[in-house]
Amino acid sequence: MATAAVAVARPNSIGSRLRGAVDKYLLPLYVFGVTVYLILPVAIMIIFSFNDPVGRSNLNWRGFSLDAWLNPLGRPGLAEAVGNSLVIAFISTIVATMLGTLIALALVRYQFKGRSATNLLIFLPMSTPEIVLGASLLTTFIASVGLPFVPEGAVYPLSIRTIIIAHIMFNISFVVVTVKARMQGFPRHLEEAAMDLGANEWTTFWKVTFPLILPGIMAAALLAFSLSIDDYVITSFTAGTTQTFPLFIYASQLRGIPVQVNVIGTMIFATAVGLVVLSTLWQRRVAARELAGPRA
Amino acid sequence: MRRSINFRTIAPYALLAPGLLWLAVFYVYPAIQMFLVSLWTGNIQDGFTQTWNWGVYPQALTEYWPWIARSIVYGGLATILAFALGFPLAYAIAFRGGRYKNLLLFLVIAPFFTSFLLRTISWKIILADDGFLLAPFKALGILPEDFRLLATPAAVVFGITYNFLPFMTLPLYVALEKIDKRLLEAAEDLYAGPWRPQGTIAGAILGGALGVVVGVVMEYGPLSLGIPGAVIGALVGTFLVSQAFVRVTLPLAVPGIFAGSLLTFIPAVGDYINAELLGNPQSLMIGNVIQARYLKVTDYPTASALSFILMLAILIGVLIYTRLLGTEDLT
Repeated sequence: MATAAVAVARPNSIGSRLRGAVDKYLLPLYVFGVTVYLILPVAIMIIFSFNDPVGRSNLNWRGFSLDAWLNPLGRPGLAEAVGNSLVIAFISTIVATMLGTLIALALVRYQFKGRSATNLLIFLPMSTPEIVLGASLLTTFIASVGLPFVPEGAVYPLSIRTIIIAHIMFNISFVVVTVKARMQGFPRHLEEAAMDLGANEWTTFWKVTFPLILPGIMAAALLAFSLSIDDYVITSFTAGTTQTFPLFIYASQLRGIPVQVNVIGTMIFATAVGLVVLSTLWQRRVAARELAGPRA
Repeated sequence: MRRSINFRTIAPYALLAPGLLWLAVFYVYPAIQMFLVSLWTGNIQDGFTQTWNWGVYPQALTEYWPWIARSIVYGGLATILAFALGFPLAYAIAFRGGRYKNLLLFLVIAPFFTSFLLRTISWKIILADDGFLLAPFKALGILPEDFRLLATPAAVVFGITYNFLPFMTLPLYVALEKIDKRLLEAAEDLYAGPWRPQGTIAGAILGGALGVVVGVVMEYGPLSLGIPGAVIGALVGTFLVSQAFVRVTLPLAVPGIFAGSLLTFIPAVGDYINAELLGNPQSLMIGNVIQARYLKVTDYPTASALSFILMLAILIGVLIYTRLLGTEDLT
């Protein structure tokens, strides 16, 4: 104990000087290194979208070219795949965001029986590997053939419908968790004030609650959209012959990936980054307005 | 007044119903259905019948246990490596981030905005035998000409680690960020200085053990990584780990460690894309087997049995882990 006390008391000891140096140089260097590790593959994707490949393989750098950027959908099947991905992402995001937000509202706002069962049911899909989610849906769709209450052709053969069903399912939990996190510390007194001033539950919700939780809902929708548009594993089990962008990438990676895939990947990346920056700015503005107090 | 009481009892269930119904029909019911399908007998041409063939479980386990074991080892190792990489990162952002905090957090999640497949394909380009990572070392003669990373277990484990590093880093950051810095100052005032010699010993043992395991799994031999691991561990334990860290920071980071390791381990064990794109036929995981059994061989009973085993194994693991490291509110 005595040595420890001495080490603390003497600021110029070797140990404390070393720790100071680590804080000043090693830690920033480390953060820089790991950040490069995280971003490097993204950078490669962007750089290779300007490649001018020989033949079909886009795995070696051959020279700069804008060809793919000028004709981003110029591969057979690519436009259809991207279109399907967008349709699936839009529909599943809207439905999952609505269903998930309702659940989050119930969990945060009300005391009710069956709360822990609900929490468990939300937690389970997130703690099940994607391959199991995809596989169990596939078996269900196959086994549904001939069941009396399932309309013929509704879920088998597989189609864009079954992909949307699957994407809504895995997105609900993520929406619940995101919206719930944003609702912790929600200013309940504002709702009470609205009720005291004569607003009913419905008016209070739309005039007070909803505007306050909207940033959380937007964040959840953004997350759901990006999870959906990027999903390969679950989609591959529920797609049948339908193509999506990730399925297209996978199918072409066996033969050589067209540069156009990198172009579209870069576009998706840029859009997502742009949206995040915009929503951050928007939230800052909302926060600044709240700090400034109610408007006259 | 009575109307209002009724409203408050019914309202939560009305809000829950649509979403929970969706999960019941497309998550719970499929899990049961998958269990039933695992007890089918037959083939795709002649059709399947429900025969309650329980034998499929011991059969699948004995035939595929190497793939199951490999998945758990790769997934576990990727989780530990992601923790080793992610903890200092989360610590640096939370305690030393300053005005760069938001930018750094953004860089941590930025990879998510790019397709998982495209990122893995990028690693293929980076790790290639004559790629820009290895080529300079080979040209300088530091690495032998036939040294390779692509198509080895090391590439698979690093690929998985890469993919799930943000899942590990973010919960760790959230937990570390919440720590009241005054507690650390108080600890230091109370003489929680350097942690010697325990830190040196613990660091050497942990670093050495991790090095040996990584070396064995990645087929570089136990000592080639075990000795450097022990040295680095001892240095870190001697100079960087203080008593305040061990007795204040680490215990308070437990919720983050818990959430981060689950968020990494679960998808890592079930992953098959990294094994397929970055590995070789000897480094395939259970996900590859399930995928092939379903979509290529259409052996639905065995495939269902294997994914049911995977699901159960993970659920049991999660329950035990929750008991040990426990947080009551899972979501």
